[in-house]
Amino acid sequence: MTTAVAEPVTEEDDLLPPAADNQDIPVPPGAPRALLGSLLAPHRRRIAVAVLAVLLQQAALQTGPLLVAYAIDRGVPALRGHDWGPLVAVTAAYLGCALAATLLQRAFIRLAARINQDVLLELRGRIFRHAQRLSLDFHERYTSGRIISRATGDVDTLRELLSEGLQELLMVCLSVGYITVVLVVVDWRLGLAALASFLPMYLVIRSFRRRSQQVYRRSRTVSAGLIVRFTETMNGIRPVQAFRREAANDEAFGAVNRQSATATADGLLEMARYVFLSRLTANAWITGVVVLGAFLVTDGSLELGVLTAFVLYLRRLYDPIDQLAMFLNSYQSAAAALEKISGLLAHEPSVPEPAEPAELPAAAGKGREVVFRAAAFGYADGEQVLPPFDLRLPAGRTTAVVGATGAGKSTLAKLLARFYDPTAGSVTLDGVDLRELSTADLRANVVMVTQESFLFSGTVAENIAVGKPDATRAEIEAAARAIGAHAFIAALPDGYDTDVRKRGGRISAGQRQLVAFARALLADPAVLILDEATSSLDVPGEQAVQHAMRTVLAGRTAVIIAHRLSTVEIADRVLVMDRGRVVEDGTPAALIAGEGRFATLHRTWKDSLV
Amino acid sequence: MRSLLRLWPYAREARWRILGSMTAAGIASLSVLAVPVVLRRIVDGPVAHRDLSGLWPLAGALLLLGVAEAVLFGVRRVIVARPLARVETRLRGELFAKLQRLPISFHDRWPSGQLLSRATSDLFVLRLFLAFPLVFLVVNSTVFLTGTALMFVLDWRLALITLLPAIPLMFFTRRFEAGYSAASRLAQDQNGDLATVVEESVLGIRILKAFGRHRTMAEEFRDRSAALRETELRKAGLLGDLWAVIVGLPELALGGVLAAGAVLVAHDQLSVGTLVAFLSTAMALRWPVESIGWLLGFAAEAASAANRYFEVMDEPEPVDPPSGRAPSADLGIRFTGVRFRYPDAPEGSPDLLAGVDLHVRPGETLALVGATGSGKTTLTALLPRLYEPTAGSITLDGTDIRDVPRAELRRQVAVAFEDPTLFSATVAENVLMGAPDATPEQVAAALATAQAGFVDKLPAGLDTEVGEQGLSLSGGQRQRLALARAVVGEPRFLVLDDPLSALDVHTEALVERALREVLSGTTALVVAHRPSTVLLADRVALLADGRIAAVGTHQELLRSCPAYRALMSGEPELEGALAR
Repeated sequence: MTTAVAEPVTEEDDLLPPAADNQDIPVPPGAPRALLGSLLAPHRRRIAVAVLAVLLQQAALQTGPLLVAYAIDRGVPALRGHDWGPLVAVTAAYLGCALAATLLQRAFIRLAARINQDVLLELRGRIFRHAQRLSLDFHERYTSGRIISRATGDVDTLRELLSEGLQELLMVCLSVGYITVVLVVVDWRLGLAALASFLPMYLVIRSFRRRSQQVYRRSRTVSAGLIVRFTETMNGIRPVQAFRREAANDEAFGAVNRQSATATADGLLEMARYVFLSRLTANAWITGVVVLGAFLVTDGSLELGVLTAFVLYLRRLYDPIDQLAMFLNSYQSAAAALEKISGLLAHEPSVPEPAEPAELPAAAGKGREVVFRAAAFGYADGEQVLPPFDLRLPAGRTTAVVGATGAGKSTLAKLLARFYDPTAGSVTLDGVDLRELSTADLRANVVMVTQESFLFSGTVAENIAVGKPDATRAEIEAAARAIGAHAFIAALPDGYDTDVRKRGGRISAGQRQLVAFARALLADPAVLILDEATSSLDVPGEQAVQHAMRTVLAGRTAVIIAHRLSTVEIADRVLVMDRGRVVEDGTPAALIAGEGRFATLHRTWKDSLV
Repeated sequence: MRSLLRLWPYAREARWRILGSMTAAGIASLSVLAVPVVLRRIVDGPVAHRDLSGLWPLAGALLLLGVAEAVLFGVRRVIVARPLARVETRLRGELFAKLQRLPISFHDRWPSGQLLSRATSDLFVLRLFLAFPLVFLVVNSTVFLTGTALMFVLDWRLALITLLPAIPLMFFTRRFEAGYSAASRLAQDQNGDLATVVEESVLGIRILKAFGRHRTMAEEFRDRSAALRETELRKAGLLGDLWAVIVGLPELALGGVLAAGAVLVAHDQLSVGTLVAFLSTAMALRWPVESIGWLLGFAAEAASAANRYFEVMDEPEPVDPPSGRAPSADLGIRFTGVRFRYPDAPEGSPDLLAGVDLHVRPGETLALVGATGSGKTTLTALLPRLYEPTAGSITLDGTDIRDVPRAELRRQVAVAFEDPTLFSATVAENVLMGAPDATPEQVAAALATAQAGFVDKLPAGLDTEVGEQGLSLSGGQRQRLALARAVVGEPRFLVLDDPLSALDVHTEALVERALREVLSGTTALVVAHRPSTVLLADRVALLADGRIAAVGTHQELLRSCPAYRALMSGEPELEGALAR
């Protein structure tokens, strides 16, 4: 479920082309099947064993009626002649079969569950790893809610298919196959008559499949709408109540809800129709076969016991038909889910990891040099965000980037953090192209703090430790102290061990930003990018951060993006950007003294202070 | 199980249909039991005597039974399809309506995912319960009893053998249920944990990427999914045992029946036809026996779903006073001795608001400032009664807000929240939420005030769908639309919670200029973090330690209040203290 809270509140997002793709990403043809194949392939041997187990289990189970026939036709006459042999043998065989069927069933269920769970484990892992690997531009378009439902809801439908559906189908196929063989072997005339029922059965199933597919599609759309309305209302309950949306929402939800009732009922009616038709066919056929059998027995060309066994088998033949409908239903949803999952998996990250990463030279000091060389960035639709530009950020210097909304500040930062790759030119770190660095090296050296301040569930300390997982408590506290976050954390009910989810709603936006800062501080990177990282802080908070920054940034290469000019004062150099271009470049003092945009901005800002 | 009885008022409207469904299913199942009887007559009669003249009426009877079964099974589904879908819809609609009207403090406690699962999967389980397990619990028990009676009529000795496994079966099923439901609960919880990891890894993707920490997250994910796999395998093991017993034991008994039957037939104490009929009956009873176990399991699941549902429905809804109190002469917004603490605040901690006294004069704009976490947002949330003060009173134009129906109160007080939420609707509809009868000119004016000129560039302008199902807008764009929504109705009272935080300096200045005009005639309370926002206000109130520490104009406070100066300019408070 996506929440509005989690979305980044960056003005710079104005630059993104609209996320108009409400549909899912395109799926390459054959991908769902290939995905399923690749998931099942490693389990080939286990699957074979499982199938064998069912094969034998069904053999054992389906021998029953045959043994009944034998008992009646041979055992009883023999017994009349005081020969217990055949009956004892047949009883022993029956009990043996029952026992075997029992044990094989148990073995199969366990084996099938193992295969099933391993496949799901693999699939979940693939989705998760892939989603983490995908670039940020993808995450900005493909809403979080959809990825979450890929990894949870869609996997669940597949689990249902694998755990119940496939097992059912296998059983159905095998028992149908078995019984068919037995029927034909026992008496080919009756067998053929019974087999003829497959044609009308097939027609019934086919028509069910077609009709239910339509209903199914409709109900999926409706229920998706239902869920969106519901979560949106609950996540936005404050404005809902404040703006008295209750009645209007009741009505809107009622409309979707009624559609959902219609779709549900339609699905149930399709099922009813199917059950009626399939039962009718089966029962009519049984009557027909019994009549035919009666004639054959009267003819003398069929034994009574055989007819009995035959009728018992015939009824079993049609038993699994209802289950087939259930299977078709779960197959339909699983196929849809598989399609969406494979679409996600087929999407390649636009910022791939290099196959053979390059080594970074040993750093001379704390910072590293960054060079943009003829770097440019634009979207696939041809919209140019940053025209080619050259920029050198010397090691150990702090550069502030200012400019109006849409000037391209955040895009610059994202190129530097390699959230995006430039569409032309290059970005290098101490001479090494960012594209050639391993993710581990890149992230150890370049860290970006954004305006977004998401907290993971867990304690405050754990949230800070995201910057350095093996940090000691002392290091964590030192980072928090340095940034001025210690006071509020210490005042929380359990201090650093306060669970942020339990009271997370009331850790204010400003406090969350302080945690994010502490996190970055702890990471100790060579290049630190701050993108609007102080927007929610009040003035004392911001000043505390700046005070800390003076020491923290010393020696590091830093890029500070800010709407508020107060942040800029600690910079060695200021870049003013406008429509993707750097229009002013100099020390803060020089720019303020001049007559450019920065000077004007600075005067307006100073005026607003007092 | 008692919670299932509470479904009665909802199921009531469908009661005849459910009863009809039960009857149809019952008759159909019994007609299945009649089949072996007819078969016996065919085998023992026309076939055994090689006289086919008697075959036709019996064959006709067999066909009739078959058709009846098919029709009845169809009918049993058809007659409940629409009514049960309606029951589900009604349950869901009432839940939704209830949730919308529960206080915010309730929603603070309940994550929306928990509420959603109640509205979807739990209700699905309940509908399914009414459609299948409820019907078949009744029907299959009937079929089982009838079938057993039939077997006793056919041959009581064989019937006893058939029933032999019932006792160990019951014992085993009970033990299984206990173990299985514990494992299921564990699996459900682990599934929830897994979903949480996924959710957080996606929501926090920027941070994970920025710190290159996705491997740590992946490890946690792997561990949790491995734990889930273990539990699922344990469940499968239990299930395997159950099935082995449920399928195996009756089958073993049937072996005994076969042997004993053959002996009886050989001694002419039993006809072949009866033995065949007996065996068919016993086999026909397999399903009812096997089913009762999982039907009971399903009923237990439905009971817990009903519990979860009513848990929410039983929450008390806030009561509204009757409308129509005459306002007194005291105009503006007045807070008197307002105290507030969150219900889950740790014991011994001071109240977040500890006696706030504040008067916002009519037509005045008052800025509310205070350190991070001082309770500014909470104070503003009290005004439209999103939260209730734990003590003290708030009056609007002299009327205590507790004496005004909530809908009326919220019509008078418009709010723009710090976190701007848009709903799945068009831009125009989102703005109109502030004042449903605003004219198009008013909407245009509100958008102009909020500097939301970007709306014209959206694909369908004012009619562009936004929100979860529409175009995603940036934080700044959302904030401007939320601002337009707050000012559109020219509300009598306006609450703005840091309304410009996501705007850049340039846009902020433009919005401020336009807002000043709107605010000139409105009684407004504006939460401010920055000097620029404070300048919108006629006066400023400083919130500290749960009280209003100072009130005055910006200049006055800058002069007289060191704490304020520290907050606005960042000068250390010490200097101010020394100057005093």
